[in-house]
This record gives sequence, structure tokens and C-alpha cells, in this order.
Amino acid sequence: MATAVVADTGERENYLNAGHGPKSWLLTVDHKRIALLYLISITFFFFIGGFFALLIRLELLTPAGDLVQSDTYNKLFTMHGQVMVFFFLVPAVPAVLGNFLIPLMIGAKDLAFPRINLLSWYLFIIGGLLMIFTILSGGVDTGWTFYTPLSTEFLKTNVVSAAIGIFFAGFSSILTGLNFIVTIHRMRAPGMTWNRLPLFVWAHYATSIIQVLGTPVVAIALVLVVLERLFHLGIFNPLLGGDPLLFQHLFWFYSHPAVYIMILPGMGIISEIVCCFSRKRIFGYKAMALAVLGIAVIGFLVWAHHMFVAGISVYAALIFSLLSYLVAVPSAIKVFNWTATIYKGSVTYQTPMLYAFGFVGLFTIGGLTGLFLASLGVDVHVHDTYFIIAHFHYIMVGGMVMAYLGGMHFWWPKISGRMYPEGWGKLAALVVFIGFNLTFFPQFILGYMGMPRRYHSYPPEFQILNVLSTAGATILAVGYLLPMVYFMWSMRYGKPAPPNPWNAAGLEWQTHSPPPTFNFDEDPVVTWEAYNYDEMGEIPEKPEKEEVPVAH
Amino acid sequence: MSDHKSASGHTSEPASRQTPAHISEHISSVGSSVAIWLALLAGTGITVAAAFIDLGPFNTVVALTIATIKATLVVLFFMHVKYTHEKLTGLVVLSAIFWLFILLALSMADYTTRLWR
Amino acid sequence: MHTSQAALDEHAHENPALLHHFATEEQQKNAASLGMWVFLAQEVMFFGGMFCAYLVYRYKYFADFGSASQQLDIKLGAINTVVLICSSLTVVLAVRAAQLGKRMALVFWLLATIFLGLVFLGIKADEYAEKFEKHHVPGASFSYHELLPSQEKLPEAERQYADPHHAEMYFSLYFAMTGMHALHMVIGVGLFGFLAYMAWRGKYTPAYYTPIENAGLYWHFVDIVWIYLFPLLYLIDRHR
Repeated sequence: MATAVVADTGERENYLNAGHGPKSWLLTVDHKRIALLYLISITFFFFIGGFFALLIRLELLTPAGDLVQSDTYNKLFTMHGQVMVFFFLVPAVPAVLGNFLIPLMIGAKDLAFPRINLLSWYLFIIGGLLMIFTILSGGVDTGWTFYTPLSTEFLKTNVVSAAIGIFFAGFSSILTGLNFIVTIHRMRAPGMTWNRLPLFVWAHYATSIIQVLGTPVVAIALVLVVLERLFHLGIFNPLLGGDPLLFQHLFWFYSHPAVYIMILPGMGIISEIVCCFSRKRIFGYKAMALAVLGIAVIGFLVWAHHMFVAGISVYAALIFSLLSYLVAVPSAIKVFNWTATIYKGSVTYQTPMLYAFGFVGLFTIGGLTGLFLASLGVDVHVHDTYFIIAHFHYIMVGGMVMAYLGGMHFWWPKISGRMYPEGWGKLAALVVFIGFNLTFFPQFILGYMGMPRRYHSYPPEFQILNVLSTAGATILAVGYLLPMVYFMWSMRYGKPAPPNPWNAAGLEWQTHSPPPTFNFDEDPVVTWEAYNYDEMGEIPEKPEKEEVPVAH
Repeated sequence: MSDHKSASGHTSEPASRQTPAHISEHISSVGSSVAIWLALLAGTGITVAAAFIDLGPFNTVVALTIATIKATLVVLFFMHVKYTHEKLTGLVVLSAIFWLFILLALSMADYTTRLWR
Repeated sequence: MHTSQAALDEHAHENPALLHHFATEEQQKNAASLGMWVFLAQEVMFFGGMFCAYLVYRYKYFADFGSASQQLDIKLGAINTVVLICSSLTVVLAVRAAQLGKRMALVFWLLATIFLGLVFLGIKADEYAEKFEKHHVPGASFSYHELLPSQEKLPEAERQYADPHHAEMYFSLYFAMTGMHALHMVIGVGLFGFLAYMAWRGKYTPAYYTPIENAGLYWHFVDIVWIYLFPLLYLIDRHR
């Protein structure tokens, strides 16, 4: 089997060395290169969002509002939320790992619409530039939720540019989802039936449904906010007969399913990692696939649980409370099945698996506290307190970001052709876990005790917990910096990776690390079931070096 | 190109680059397209006429029902959903309608019950 | 078997419209078609948000909405509805011409669609201008002093006027919804203009007319949005 070789270096040709220079990257239609463009972009925005988090935690070291003024503090938590949600969490797994892996996992040469894939990235960049412009022109202080009429009538900050920036990011997300849906339906290799799809692919399929059907509603909500602000319409203004809750309905119709956009891809990653490092087929494949679809569908029925104390009718609140309990069922099924997969598996504890363990535990805590919040009585007590903040950070950071890091470590050899240093990987995972829990567990207690969110000053009896939280945040920051450093180190000094360092199941491991531009040397034909670990051996101790053909 | 193709798009020649024989797309006849067009125009006329008759709360029902019939005709015939072999297309259409229904129904669940005691 | 260069060489022998990452033309066509349908599903939700806003406020302020609705010219609205329905027919005939390989007929029907689209937009512009003159455009210069429906039957002293705030709400939604619809029509007209040029250049054959078909789907969708907008905006309480 002839593999192409780069003429001057003698290396095997792969997607990284096929074509050099800015044009070959900025005008690429290769899904793997686009994934890397996204990786750089979302990491950049992660730093920005993290910077705002740092300032928030610094302010909260002391009870008095002494670091920044309250208006500035409003901007800090708003920018932290908007940047993290729309420019990091929503795109991170789908646009980086999904983009890179889905064609490989289904045996395709690329996504269905490679040029639309590139357009998605450019829309994301335009949105990002608008967000940066918003920050540089003084930031927005609406809260990431843009509630009206505060955002439409009373604020002098640059709400319009923030809203338009998020609008662009939203369309980037919609096009990515569209691309994935068509790809998964139409581009599967012969023999890759729906029942043989990796759960990572199922998870992205469900995510894409949410992206396509939910995002347009927040897009139009933001359009209406912009129109209202520019032309002083009255759509959300009570003085003119408008209802502020209408904005909230339209906003949360997307923003609740959005949290499933953020978590479902992470769940897909965890399924892949758990199976590989337990050397077992997933327990309950069908249930897992149906569960992600169930989460996607039921997730659209629960949005007003964010509005229990906003003024919706009691009867609507009852309906949404009941439906919110329902959405926990498929999530719980997934947690049970991961656990059952690990049980009596041949478990090893490489870095990806450490992150997977972290995910399962922390997501469970976050999810359980969500059940508390679905109860109307409890929610009235803890709404708009730090309990809510702890709840969603457990899922978003303890869940999704851990899954993202686990996935980056698991597939790093495939993406870069290099192994990361395993010792440092384990250390970073531990630091992240400790830092995370120290940051956010005290916040459950703070919230329950009554500390409101979005306040920069608080009663002195809350200080000790806040100090613990800030200390944890610093440790967490170190934990995040470590992988960034050693991943970059590995690009030059890491061990070259063989095609399948983990001896994992999945088509992506059947091609070189890094893959060639068109993914496979020969078009794959699938004749085996997913997760066929019973036919495979153990994870090799030392990854074998791949034979590198020498130029003639 | 010749005018003598059958309605299913096959030619009598063997499959060539221009007309692969395995693609059989429905080609609408002019007659059926005009028929649907006339139906849509008729629906418009009835909608306008009915608007001037007092049917109480049913004015809205009639207007939206006729609109839905018109939309259905466009989707099934003009957009070829009736003639496609792909069940997925119908699933996408129904999903979009269902999701819109979720948005409208659950939002109105709030607004219509706000003043209940 | 396939190096990157060899793959490209092999595909070059096939239909030049076949993109390299697809195995067959049929796969490419089915992918494009599904992609357009998924895009339209997204558009349903996009417009749906505004329909939701409209539904909420019509429910709350039915009488005032009725008064405001009567300020629109039902004749122009009906004519525009007819224009769009005709344009959907011309699109269907354009797709048919493409399927039969009739290049000049295809160009003709595409141009006809563009013409009808421009007629629609022209009438819309006229309606907007009239609203501007009557100070019914929401914002600083909005002013509304009209009766609620069927109030003229009552003696003058007892007649009730519509709440101007609620009427402004109606017009906000009117401009937002018809404006967004008109924007989609402008995009559609531009798209058809590009396609008409490419069709004239002979780019579309019975083997490859996917862009025509998918642009047609888009246009039909825009027509369907108007099919709902017309009765909802123009025909409230007209009998009164």
C-alpha cells in the first residue's frame, strides 16, 4: 500500500504537512485543519473568559466590594458568562473534536459540506471579533442572559455589538449542526450501520438536532433586542404593553437545550474513553443511543424552569417542573451504564480515564442538584444564589470541561501524531479535580446559606467559603495551564504516535497518526460491531513506533 | 437536449455522464403544477372572502386552516415531498413543525393560565 | 489505492460537478438536498420565534390588533399573496426545465421568478411608505389615533379608541416579520439572479441541477411564510 511521502523531508504525507503557509490554513476545506483552527480560537476565548473569572474571584476574596465598582463587576460576570458559553463551551467539543473525528469515525473523506464547515469557522471568528470589540469598548453588563427591559431600555453599554456577535456565533453553531446531521446520514462507509456507530457520533447527532432547532430562536430573540434598542419598539417594555417574560421564553427556549449542546458531546467522549480503558463494550449500547436522543428531545420541554420566580403562571411552573424531572431519567441511564461498563472491566488509569472518572462523579453531583432545582419549593429558596452557580459549574466545568480535556488527551496522538507525557497528564488531571472541587463545592453551601449571585459584596460570615473558592480557582487555573504547556511541548518533543496507541476500537484508529488529508489510504468497509474489545488485546505498554517510509 | 424523455427522467440511451439511469427524479407535469397553482389561488380568494363574514372566533380558525392547506400543497407538490423516496425529508418537515408547536404551545401555557386562580 | 493525487485524478474523469469527498453523484445530490431541508427546518424555528411573539400579543391585545390590522391595505396584501403563489409556480417550471435540459426555458422561468419577486418587494415598499406617511412606523414618530373595530356603529361619545401602545406593538411585529420576510426574498432574488446567469452559461443539465432544486425549496419556504403572514397580519376582524 503506497502512502504519499512529502518530497523534501521524507515524512509520510499527512494533513499537517500537506500544504504550508497561511493560505493553506485559512482557505482549507479539510475538516481536520478546520478543527485545529477552532482549537486555537476557542482556547483563546477560554483564556479571555478565564481572565474574567479570575477578576471575579479576586473581588470575592473580601466581603466588601473593594476591587471594582458594582457596575464593573456586572460587566465581569456578564463577559465571563457570554464568552465562556457562546465562544468556548458551545463550540468546544463539536467544532474541535467533532469536526476532526466524525468523518474518521464513519469512514468518510470529509464532512458533507467542507466549504460550509470553513464558513462556520469564519462566522465564529466574526462573532468573536464583535465580542472582543464589545469588551474593548467597555463591556456589557446585562448578565449573560440579556434580560429585558434592562438590556433594551436602561443600559448604556454596547448591548448591540454583543448581541450581534452572539448571533454570528449562533449561526456558526447551526451550520456545524447541519453539516453533522447530513454527514452522519449520508457519508457513512459501507457496513457502518446506525447500530455500529460509535456513541461519540450518536452524541453529536443528538447535539446537532438541538443546534439546528434551538439556536434560531435565541437568534431571533437577540434580533428583537437589537431592534428594540435601536428603534425603541416596545416588544419587551412593560410601559408600552410589552412583556419582559416573552424575551425570557424565547431566550431560554434555546439556552436550556444549549446546556445539552454543551454536555452531550462530552458524554460521547466519555463513552469512548470508558470502553477503551475498561476494555469492554459499552453496557447497553441501544439505551445509550436512545438516551442522547431522549435528552435532546426532552431538553426542549423544560426551559421555563429558569423562570419559576420570574412571574410565569403557577400552572405553567408545575408543568415545567414535572418535565424537568423527566429529563433526568436518560441522563441517569447514561451514568448507570458507564458504571456498569467499568464494573468487572480490565481497568487502567491513563489520563483520559482519570478525566472520565472525574466526569462521571461530578456530572452526577451536578445533575442531582439539578433535580433539587426542579422542585419548585427548593428553587424559590436557592434561585439566583450561589447554589445555582455551583450546580451549573459542576456540570459545565466538572462535566463538560473534564470531558473535553479527557477527549483531547485520548485523541491527541491521532490529532498531532505525538504522545503527550503521561506523568504530567495524570498530575494535571489531579490538579484539575482538586482545584475544581475546592472552587465550587463551597458555593453550594454559600448558596444554600443565602449568598446571592451577581453581587460583588457579601456579609462577612460568607468570607471563609469565598476564600476557599478563590484558592481553588487558582489551583484550577494551574491545572488548565499544564496541558496547554505539555501539549505544545509534545508537538516537537513528544514520542511519535503509532496509529493506535491505546489499542482502541473505532475507525479513527485504523489510519495513521496524524491522518492523511483524505483520511484513509483505502476506503474502509466495516464488518465488525462497535466496541469490539472482546476481539482486541490489551493496551500496549510502550506504543510501537510506526514505520516511516524513507524517500527514494 | 431532447424533449422526448419520459416522466421518470429515463432516456432510451444507456446511462451516460449526462443522464445516469439510476437517478429517477419525479418531473412534475405542467398540468399538475398549474392545478396546484389554481388551488392556491382559490384558497387565497376564499380566505379573503371569509374574512369579511362574521364567524366569531372561527374567523381565525378558518383563515389558518386554509393557510395550512395551502402550505401543505406547496410542501407536498411544489417541494416534491410527496414524490420523494426519502422518508427522511418528511421526518425533517414534521420535526420542524413539531418543534415550532412546542415553542408556541408551552409559551402559551404560561400566558393563558396567568390569570387563573 | 487512493493517494490524494490519485483520488483527484480518478474523479476528474467523472462528472466535473462531482466533488471529491463524495463517492457518487447520487450521494452528493442526496446530501445537498438533506442539507437544504435541515436548513429550512432551522428557518422555521427562526421565523417561529417571531410568530411566538405575535401569538402572545395577539392573544393579549386582540381588539387593538384588530384595529391596527385594518390600517393595512388588504388589496395590496392579497395581490402580493397572488404574486408569490405565481412565483412558486414559475420556480416549479424552472426546476422542470432543468430536469428536461431546456436551457432557455430554465433561464426564462428563473427570470420570471425574479421579476415576480421584485414586484412583491415593490408593493411591499409602497406599503411601507404609506405606513411611514401615516406615522405608523414604531419609534419616536409613532402616532396612532384610530377606533377599535366596529366602534363606528356607536354614537360618537361612546366610541372607544385603540390603545396606541398596543397598536405600536402590532406594527413593531408587522415590520419585524414582514421585514425579515422581505430580507429573505431579497436574498432569494439575488440567488436566482446568480443561478440564472449560471444557467445561461449552460452549467445545469439533467444530471446536475441540484442548485436550482435547492434554491426552489428555499423560495417555496419563503412563500409558505407569507401564506401564514397574510391572514395573520391583514385579516384580523375584517368583518367588523
